[in-house]
Formats: sequence, C-alpha cells, structure tokens
Amino acid sequence: MIPAARWSSTLLLSALLASAATAWGQRAPQPAPDLRVIRGGEYRPFYRLTGRERVTVRAFALDAWPVTNERFLAFVRANPAWQRARVRRLFADQDYLAHWAGDAELGTAARPSQPVTRVSWFAARAFCEAQGRRLPTEAEWEYVARASERSPDAPRDPATTARILAWYGRPNATLADVGASRPNYWGLHDLHALVWEWVEDFNSALVVTDSRDNQGPGVARFCGAASSGAADVGDYVAFMRYAFRQSLRGSYTVRNLGFRCAADIAPGE
Amino acid sequence: MISRRSIRSLALPLSLGVALGSCVPPPSQPAAPAPATSATPAPAAARSGPRPLAPLTRAEENALPSIEQTLVRPPGLPPPITRRTPAKVVIHLEVREVTMPLADGATYTFWTFGGSVPGPMIRVRRGDIVELHLMNHPSSTMPHNIDLHAVTGPGGGAASTFTAPGHQTQFTFRALNEGLYVYHCATAPVGMHIANGMYGMIAVEPEEGWAPVDREYYLMQGEVYTTGNYREPGLQPFDMRRAINEDPAYVVFNGRDGALTGTSALTARVGERVRLFVGNGGPNLISSFHVIGEIFDHVYSEGGSTVNTNVQTTLVPAGGSAIVDFGLEVPGSLVLVDHSIFRTFHKGTLGMLRVEGPDNTVIYSGREVDEAYLGDYAPQAAAGTDGAALQPGEQTFNGVCSACHQRSGAGLPPVFPPLANSDYLMADKTRSIRAVLAGLSGPVTVNGTVYNGAMPPLANLTDHEVADVLTYVRSHFGNRGDAVTVSEVAAVRATLVTPTPSGHP
Repeated sequence: MIPAARWSSTLLLSALLASAATAWGQRAPQPAPDLRVIRGGEYRPFYRLTGRERVTVRAFALDAWPVTNERFLAFVRANPAWQRARVRRLFADQDYLAHWAGDAELGTAARPSQPVTRVSWFAARAFCEAQGRRLPTEAEWEYVARASERSPDAPRDPATTARILAWYGRPNATLADVGASRPNYWGLHDLHALVWEWVEDFNSALVVTDSRDNQGPGVARFCGAASSGAADVGDYVAFMRYAFRQSLRGSYTVRNLGFRCAADIAPGE
Repeated sequence: MISRRSIRSLALPLSLGVALGSCVPPPSQPAAPAPATSATPAPAAARSGPRPLAPLTRAEENALPSIEQTLVRPPGLPPPITRRTPAKVVIHLEVREVTMPLADGATYTFWTFGGSVPGPMIRVRRGDIVELHLMNHPSSTMPHNIDLHAVTGPGGGAASTFTAPGHQTQFTFRALNEGLYVYHCATAPVGMHIANGMYGMIAVEPEEGWAPVDREYYLMQGEVYTTGNYREPGLQPFDMRRAINEDPAYVVFNGRDGALTGTSALTARVGERVRLFVGNGGPNLISSFHVIGEIFDHVYSEGGSTVNTNVQTTLVPAGGSAIVDFGLEVPGSLVLVDHSIFRTFHKGTLGMLRVEGPDNTVIYSGREVDEAYLGDYAPQAAAGTDGAALQPGEQTFNGVCSACHQRSGAGLPPVFPPLANSDYLMADKTRSIRAVLAGLSGPVTVNGTVYNGAMPPLANLTDHEVADVLTYVRSHFGNRGDAVTVSEVAAVRATLVTPTPSGHP
C-alpha cells in the first residue's frame, strides 16, 4: 500500500502505478522515466539474519540511476536546512558536499550529471522523503544487485565480478556520469563500479543496538571470521559491500558514497 | 601529545564483549554458560607471558611520557630503543590506496599503510602503552582497519579501527609480549586486502633490548595476484581466481620486483654485524628465507624468544616473522631469496646485500682454479683408471656414441642405425670419418634398412679421439676392419668447409 500522503504529486503516483502495472502485464506500459519496477522474490542472503534462511522482497520500484549532483542541488535549494553551511553536525560530518563550490552551487569539481557523493545517510533519507520516496532496504538493494545484464539472479556471473573487481584496481579518478554503464536485468544502471550506495538499514544486519556501538555481531566480521556465516565465500563483491556498510555511521560522508531512492508499490491498486 | 580519553574508553569494553579474535572463527553456536572450573582465574604468569611484566595502574599510565614515533620507509626502521622505562608511544598511520610500480613497466593499485609496502615498522618496548591512530585517506575506495598480532585483545584492534574512507579511529593497547609481529588489514575479504599490500610489522623489544648490531634492515615477503603474468607491462588488476588458487604472478620482497636490488640494494661493510627483521605478509605462501653466501649466526625463530644458532634457511610463516643476524667477514654481494627457488627465478623473491671492504682469503679465497675438466671425455684419463684397462676409443664410444648407437652397437631401429656388423660403416672409411666430423643427415641404408635421421657433427673431438673411437668401432661389435689413423682424420677434417678447432668446449 502506498501511503498517499507521502506522495508529492498525483502525477508521480499515477506514473508509478502505471509502471507497476507493467510488472504484471495488465495495463499499457507507462513507466516513470527514472523508476524501474522490481518484481518481488526471495533469495538466500549473503549474511543471514538470525533464523532467516531466505529473504523475501516484495515488489517495489527503484531509481534507475544514482541521484545526481543536479537533483541534489535542486533539493538543497528548496530545503536550505540541508545546505552545507546550515546542516547540523549530528546529521552530516564536516566533509558533507565538500567538493561543491558553494552551499547551492556545484562549481567545476562537481558535474551536474555525476552521482552526488559526500552525503550522509540522514541527508539521503531527507532527499528521498522530499520526493515522496524512501531509501531502499539492504534486502532490496542486495536483491537487485544479484542481477547480471540478462538474469535477475546471477550473483557469481564471472564477467560482472571481474568488471567490478577491476574497478578496485583502478586509481581513484574522477567519477563518471550516471548512466554510462549498461543496465542490468532490471534496467538499473550503475549498481556496481561507480559509487557505493546508502541503504535504509545499512548496519542493521551487523550491529545490535545503534550505529555508535561497534560491539555487535559485526565484531566477528573481520579477517577469517568474516567468512563464517557467509552464503558464498567466493562473492568478493558482496564481502566488500557489507564491509563498506559496516564501516559507516549515519552522519558519515564519503567521497564515493551516494544513493538512490526506492518507492513502495502494491499489486492490485 | 594527544590523549583523547573519551575515544579510547570506547575501545575498553571490547575485552568484555564478544570474545572473538579477528582471525578466530566464531563458534557455530552461541557460547554456552562457562562451566565453573573455567571461571577460575588464570595464574598471573599465564596472562602476561613468560616473564612477569610489572603491572601498570591507570594513574601510572597517565603519567607515562608520550612519544610520537617517526615512521620511516622500509627497508629503514626506527632506531633501537635506548630507554629502560615504559612510555606511551603514539603512532599515526595513514591508509592510502596508491598506484605504484610492481615491476619495470608494470603497475598495481596497492592498498597501503603509510604509502609503502610493507607498511612502516612500528618499534616499541615491552610494557609500553601504544596509542594507535588509523586515518583512512578520503580518496580511498574501501574501508580499512588494522589487526596487530602484538595486541592482546579481541581482533587485535581490527574492530576498534574499522575506518570508512575520509575518517579516522584510535585505540590503545599495552605491548605485553616481546617479539616481532605482523600487522595487517583485516577487512573482508581479508585476503584481498593483504594481497593488495596491507601488511607491515611491529617490533616489541625486550625490556633489556636486543643485542646491539651495526645495521638493521626491514623486509617483508608478499605475493601479488595479477591478471597478467610476471613482468607483463601495464596497470595490472587483482586476479581473484589466482588468489584463491594460491598461484601468484609475483612473490616479492618489499612490494615490488627489484625493491632490494641494483641501486636499492642493502649495504654493509666487512666487519659489521647485520640484523634483518624479516616478515611474510603472505597472504598464502610460507617463505624459506635464505641468504646466499651467509649463515645466520642467530635466528629468533618465528619472531619469538627462542634463539637458534647456525641456521642456513629459516621458515617464515604467512603472517609471521623471523629476526636473523650475522657477521660479515668477506666482501661481495649476498643474495636474499625465498629458497622455494622457482619463486626467485620466476616471481621476484630476490634481494641484494652489498658488502664492501677488504678481502679475507683465509675465509673465502675467491676463484683459485679455472681450467678445463674433461672427465670421461679425456682419453688419457681412460686408460688404467681401474683394473680392467679400457680399449683406446672405448671411453669415447661409451661417453659420446652409445647414447644413440647403444653400448652393444646395435642401434635403435628404425631411428638410430647399428654400428654392429654394419655394412654401411665398413664400406667407406673416409665417409665414416666425415660422418663423425661433419654429421650425417638424410636417408642411409644400413643392413637393408633405411634410416632417415640426423647425426650431429662431433668436430669438437680431437683427431686422436676420432681415430681411436673409429678404430674401436671398426674392430668390435662383429666388425673386422683396419685402424683409422690420426693423419687420415686430419686429412678429412682439412676438406671440411669450416674447420673447427679441435678440443672440447
């Protein structure tokens, strides 16, 4: 069910519903230009939560690209509380949007079509809420990240793995624009090898209480112990994603960490 | 001189938390309540190592002098510790992901502690308090942390220092045990972080210090798993499959092919004593560390406290170390290798220690003899070396001819023709001489069988040897021919287009 109050425009709502309908082939396809509909399903997660062998993901919608500098600029112009000079330290650390020329100005170091980075989890969340959307959950993000270009479930596709690992072997150059890579099975671009992405529950699988406490199950996620409980010890790309998320706190900003937004959809509406 | 107690206090409850060492797999089941017997406190000696270490109260710890350690690039290392009282040693270690040469023409994106592979040596004294700051550079792609094997506590610091790019962490530990310890990044997938260069060492000196030496060097072996083979040019990506198969393209000292050779060779002088702090980052292979031309006078095996003496080759485990020292008596280049020697020849485990100074020919003479050795090729050595005197030519036949024509002279049809009862051999003496001197190729018919092979020229045999061996063959194996003389051989040799000087190479 979509809580209607959260939608900023009925136009978006109808576009979203139309795109949702394509998943079941009942109505004429009219997808929102930047959203992709993801069929529900289930999979064996890389790290199991207690007592859960498989994770079920309900149908949802996800941005086709990471949020760009241009879109985030529009957001901070409309929401000055999220501008660099005004944001509260509790919600974003001192490097928040540090590569931008000004509070509401990109400058030469941040192209409009590059993914926005150096944004905190709080800021990413606020952006998505302003669009009537939300951050994807880790389960949702990992679900779509399993896709190759041709298959919805190919987490060990050798070509994909090699391409992503090669990304780590490259020097830290400037970020490419969004959409430069080929879309995966779901029509999603840049899930891998451009920026890391925030998820709603980025540390729930690994930390017991809150993100300031590092003594939960995450303590065991280092060195050889990290392989204990992993569904597939050969999935290095997944190891790196989980390790990266585990290193974060909500206020952190990182040079290569961005995000994209998700939306709920419900069949039958 | 920074003491951020509020931050450090975060690390303290770790010892009360989940007691899982970073390199210790967690139990598959949640820990059962401990039986009463195991609740008995361990003896104090067991808690603090082989020798008791004076306990330190929090007040005493706070009163310790604070020393910021200056880190230097390998193969350099901080100087020996001269103080005889504990201190708080502050370390600032920066993690950087940098593209550096791996071999001439080949580069690799290393993940480093301090911008070098291995990371800088940390040097403290047993009983010191170590305050370690880990800074992950904002340009890093990955989070990183540090697990120091010198740490007594869960994870060796890994959990306390897990650091996102553009952030920094800090933790403090007391160096309870002396020895030479490896540190490394322990972020999953750990093998990839180590293979990418994230290892180094921390030396914890005994309270009385190690015996003084004239020079100290720091080197670590490590593997690099690249898609391209050894010395293939270009930026080389990490090859996950090779890493899992433990099939490195490179096994090197100090992070690159040739890091310790040429102008980067280690140096010392005759009369000096040299100590090498040797580590092995791995991540997979054990090193058989050896210095060609030296014998280790002392080896602190595995970097611990047991001293072995007079050692040729010492094992250095992956994630382990050894401290070796030796005196230098003679000049020359000593070669540092992993004596799993194909790694030296094909993968890069080669370093040099150049020793300068006066010769000492009593200990090592240098080359005293350099002359030909003929062995069983020498005709004069053939006669009378044992009771049954060999026939002239027999030694040459056994050494040269019999490999193909067989000891019996029967050959190996259809490849090698027979000399025994051979119509072809006996039909033309001059042709046989030419065959020996110039070789013989193409079809020949011997005793009715066609052989189409190639006999190499044996012009390096002397005229005397050729005469003897042909005389021997022509009068044995059922043949009944006359002798071949030296002058006959010389005459045939003179007709050959390119006379080859006689005599063995």
